[in-house]
Amino acid sequence: MGITVLFISIVSMGGVGLVLAIILAIADKKLAVEEDPRVTKALELLPGANCGACGFAGCNAYANALVEGKVSISACKPGGNEVSRKLAELLGVEEAEEMSPKVARVFCSGGLAEAVRSRVYTGVETCAAAHLIGGEKACVYSCIGYGDCVFACQFDAICMGENGLPEVDLERCTGCGECVKACPRHIIGLTGYEEVVHVYCSSHDKGAVVRKVCSAGCVACGLCEKDDETGAVTMKDGLSVVDHGVDKAPVLAAKRCPTKVIRISSPTPGYEDVFKKAKEKLEAAIAQEEAAKAAAKAAKKSKETE
Amino acid sequence: MEVFLIFISAVLVNNFVLSYFLGICPFIGVSGKIESASSMGFAVTFVLTLSAAITWLINRYILIAFNVPFLEYVSFIIVIAALVQFVEMFIRRMSKTLYDALGIYLPLITTNCAILGLALFGALRQYSFIENIVFGIGAGLGFTLALVVMAGIREELDLADVPKPLQGAAITLIIAGLLALAFMGFAGLISA
Repeated sequence: MGITVLFISIVSMGGVGLVLAIILAIADKKLAVEEDPRVTKALELLPGANCGACGFAGCNAYANALVEGKVSISACKPGGNEVSRKLAELLGVEEAEEMSPKVARVFCSGGLAEAVRSRVYTGVETCAAAHLIGGEKACVYSCIGYGDCVFACQFDAICMGENGLPEVDLERCTGCGECVKACPRHIIGLTGYEEVVHVYCSSHDKGAVVRKVCSAGCVACGLCEKDDETGAVTMKDGLSVVDHGVDKAPVLAAKRCPTKVIRISSPTPGYEDVFKKAKEKLEAAIAQEEAAKAAAKAAKKSKETE
Repeated sequence: MEVFLIFISAVLVNNFVLSYFLGICPFIGVSGKIESASSMGFAVTFVLTLSAAITWLINRYILIAFNVPFLEYVSFIIVIAALVQFVEMFIRRMSKTLYDALGIYLPLITTNCAILGLALFGALRQYSFIENIVFGIGAGLGFTLALVVMAGIREELDLADVPKPLQGAAITLIIAGLLALAFMGFAGLISA
């Protein structure tokens, strides 16, 4: 009996499966859709992370749009110039202008050691949840530290450092911007490769308030914009802002900043040369300026002595 | 008359979505626009009707004939999966736009519990072949009706001022609940 049932089961199910398989095989041939073979090739070239940075719902949708020629071949941020070059080859279009590769940087220096923690939070351990009621740190502009950005990153480029602040692995960061979207406090930003100096604080509070809650915050002292006619560094709403389009002043500002929140950043991987040049240019401009000042001073002095 | 009752019962009184709560996933997922909702509804109706016919044959001439009723689930799922594959090829061939609009929900018809539910109900209630097919068509139209009604409401809803915490999935679920309540009103239509 047992063997018979087993036999019947195998034969009947196998038979049903076989019949359906044959029908499907025929249907597959009869109903085949002619697809542009370039779509598959374009899809192979794309990184396949489905991050959505190109504005399409995944790499497949982007590959389709590419072949239809509706979009720029340089929309894939994770793929960068390499992918866009290969796509240009495949699709036979003009190579797009060099993309400006970006990397994410975290604009908060208030780690566990620096920031004052005034509350105990025992709720759901995500930044989005903690942000609703304020998180543990007293500073309302600070990194909350539960790592929503770490989970958002599809490229394993962010990890939580020992100090409770996220650390971006610039080698792995593709600049897709998912972490920027994930951060409820908007303290992660995308930065260009030619940018040398950044303000690693996001607090818009007044100096006195910042001093109370964090030892590494922008206290809005204004030293960075002092003696700076170029407008490269300005105080805006209690936080210094660096204008990367302007030469000269940022490096000086980094030297002046009393809480060291304005810092010279580590260069974007692959663009160390550009970064170094930009930095040297800034430093040279400052040296020139200082020399001019010293000369003016000396001239004044010699005039007085005369 | 019996057949007509089965039809009305499947469309309104025992609506698969709003009374049995089967097939909720596409009900929430594809009810954004009336056009894609009705297409989805008809795709499901097609699969439901065909699977009602095939599963009835399998049930009668294989499962009952060889006395192996425990193969019910396996065989029904095989049939449903194959049918969905077929429908997917068909729709892809016929309309690329529709294929894109239905997206992931098209292959997900395989795991739509309304379809397995129908096959199992048919076997349980011992319908005749014609009755089972009518039951399938009725269930499919009921599913389409629920989806289209929902899509109509959601299209209007896009213009409404929904409070922020209720936006998106939350208000959709509330509406689904209200619709289910409304369909309770059909309960007295047929004394089963």
